[in-house]
Amino acid sequence: MKCDIILAGVGGQGILSIATVLGYAAIESGLTLKQAEVHGMSQRGGAVQSHLRIADGVIHSDLVALGGADLVISVEPMEALRYLPWLGPEGWVVTNTTPFVNIPDYPQEDELSESLEALPRKVAIDADSIAREAGNPRGMNMAITGAASLFIDIPFDKMEAGVRAIFARKGEEVVNKNLAVLREGRRQAEVARG
Amino acid sequence: MKNEAKLLLGDEAIAQGALDAGISGFYAYPGTPSTEIMEYVQRSRQAAERDVHRAWSANEKTAVESALGMSYAGKRAMACMKHVGLNVAADPFINSAITGVNGGLIITVADDPSMHSSQNEQDSRFYGKFALLPMLEPSNQQEAYDMCRHGFDLSEAVKLPVLLRITTRLAHSRSGVKPRAALSELPLRLPEDMRQFVLLPAIARRRYRRLIELQPLLMQAAQESPFNFYEDGPDRSMGIVVCGLGINYVRESFPDGRPPHPLLKIGQYPIPVNQLARMADECGRILVVEEGMPFVEEALRGSLNRCVDVRGRMDGTLPPDGELTPNHVRVALGMNSRGGEPVPDIVRMRPPALCRGCSHADTYKALNEVVKNVYGDGHVFSDIGCYTLGALPPFEAVNSCVDMGASITMAKGAADAGMRPAIAVIGDSTFCHSGMTGLLDAVIENTPILVMILDNSATAMTGGQDSHAFGRLEKICMGLGVERDHLHLINPVPKNHNDFTALIRRELDYEGVSVIIPTRECIQTLKKRSRGKSTVSPAEKQGGRQ
Ligand SMILES: Cc1ncc(C[n+]2csc(CCOP(=O)(O)OP(=O)(O)O)c2C)c(N)n1
Repeated sequence: MKCDIILAGVGGQGILSIATVLGYAAIESGLTLKQAEVHGMSQRGGAVQSHLRIADGVIHSDLVALGGADLVISVEPMEALRYLPWLGPEGWVVTNTTPFVNIPDYPQEDELSESLEALPRKVAIDADSIAREAGNPRGMNMAITGAASLFIDIPFDKMEAGVRAIFARKGEEVVNKNLAVLREGRRQAEVARG
Repeated sequence: MKNEAKLLLGDEAIAQGALDAGISGFYAYPGTPSTEIMEYVQRSRQAAERDVHRAWSANEKTAVESALGMSYAGKRAMACMKHVGLNVAADPFINSAITGVNGGLIITVADDPSMHSSQNEQDSRFYGKFALLPMLEPSNQQEAYDMCRHGFDLSEAVKLPVLLRITTRLAHSRSGVKPRAALSELPLRLPEDMRQFVLLPAIARRRYRRLIELQPLLMQAAQESPFNFYEDGPDRSMGIVVCGLGINYVRESFPDGRPPHPLLKIGQYPIPVNQLARMADECGRILVVEEGMPFVEEALRGSLNRCVDVRGRMDGTLPPDGELTPNHVRVALGMNSRGGEPVPDIVRMRPPALCRGCSHADTYKALNEVVKNVYGDGHVFSDIGCYTLGALPPFEAVNSCVDMGASITMAKGAADAGMRPAIAVIGDSTFCHSGMTGLLDAVIENTPILVMILDNSATAMTGGQDSHAFGRLEKICMGLGVERDHLHLINPVPKNHNDFTALIRRELDYEGVSVIIPTRECIQTLKKRSRGKSTVSPAEKQGGRQ
């Protein structure tokens, strides 16, 4: 098993929590993991990315090679497109459709959806709505995690265990809300994938 | 089967490695990508139980000196910093090679090739060579952990500090690390030679000779190091030298992780010459894959660049700048570059920006109204911190960012040249790091400058660490001799905007040193506290040990 992932978003949107859940699930499944994170300046509202590599054997490089990613997971639609050079020939894009607009020249809505439409293998879901409807507005990243879980060869209950582990300190209610968002993200991704 | 390894960032592996190697004190000033070493120690129960020293220092120079002091007293210590921090600490660093150590001493320096969060991409290995010190460079998180124990052993064996050099990619990448049983700390024990640390010329000459005489021993240690190894390969048309994490990209390029060529992996310096000589003898040409500047490559080429056919960053086989990537290395190995689809044109740059609700933004609004709109651009010198983002749209309020502390001193030089107004904008943490001495220069000459110390009660850019400045700025300025009438605190909230602009205007009319301290907590640390991540306010923290 090998899964090379680029996680994308804007500083402050919580992509590291996604990495933590996936990493937890991978380790619990006896897999090996390397994860390159972005810390520092770009965390102040800039474009951020993390390389997550999961395998059942040795992993050498901390970085995913260009054209080598099995998955681009993005919590923001324009950021998903930024990493297409990393996407492999059979790779999937899993992205949120809600834009994060903090620059004056952010692309027009129709341009953006056209570019997303053009991707051959993608799942685009409104993760912000999923989170809001579950009464957990900060849980957008867990909806994306749920959607992405569909494309990673790790049992889903290990993903759920990851969510339990990272939110345990915040109490049962927070755990359950995030689990609900995770499951709904996965369900919508199943529909979208067809 | 469950993995027993702990998932650690390279930085965290160093922290845990040093803790398990019986360290008694960490000394550091925050700086990407080194910050997480100290942050890990500050969260560590093991460190708390042993009461390992783990408070931030005012700057990298004070950090290295304090770590040297702990070593003098017989205990193991580490100083940590980003690469440019070593410039600040260069004086004690170079001289600590002459004094040598008592307890083991490791200086950990994190370089930032590609300048993800830095002003330059200097390679600290040149400092290590300059100081004639042994160096370690891990290629993965496990080596980062193991090198701490090895580094303290080496330091205590040769009685010298050891430079541990890492780069951003390792510092901020997470992987499984298997820890070992912890060693105990060393007892308090003064140096045997009471003159060891007295660098009067007569003694320093003797100590410097000792340092030179130790070089063959350091070479031998490198040649026998478990972190340097030679893997033979059948295809000797080329040999590959890899330093640090370059080896991972080379292995990644071959399906079984083994190149068909001979491979020399270097993780301990001085450069192991005998292994390098073997490669030069046995291989047609040598490809050098190193993260950072061409340190080994340049040494191998020599000034004449005639003896060996060397490929690397200097001849364009690899890019001359920036960090290595799997693709650069593939191409250098003669393979095709791969790549997915190009980035669509609609994707725009998204640079970092000041947060919504940031106090610096309100300060720049006021400053632009009084300065930029009246005198035009070019009058505001800035420094390093979140407020440097004021150079970008929408504010474009500041015109310099050079090194920590340079705002005040550059404003002074410009004022000396006759520029009016000359304004410095500096953060509270940066002011305590390196701004105070420059302000003293200005006070002594009563140079007409306006200094704005932006007090957000945090070292925000690096993640909101405590700032030494907290609650002390006014007293420090008065102590340095700033006149009471020209020293002002103001809360830069929008409702004070008119008072703020009036104050700036008034002080610009004064032909002497003025200091304005806009004071309002960083929105990020405020949010963190209200979310309960840290329940202690900066004010409360002052009471306890910092
Ligand atoms: C010599 C040196 N050490 C450390 C750093 C890393 N660094 C950059 S900005 C910064 C924090 C500045 O804090 P402050 O001056 O309070 O400004 P703020 O970010 O809070 O606005 C640090 C530590 C550096 N660039 N140079």
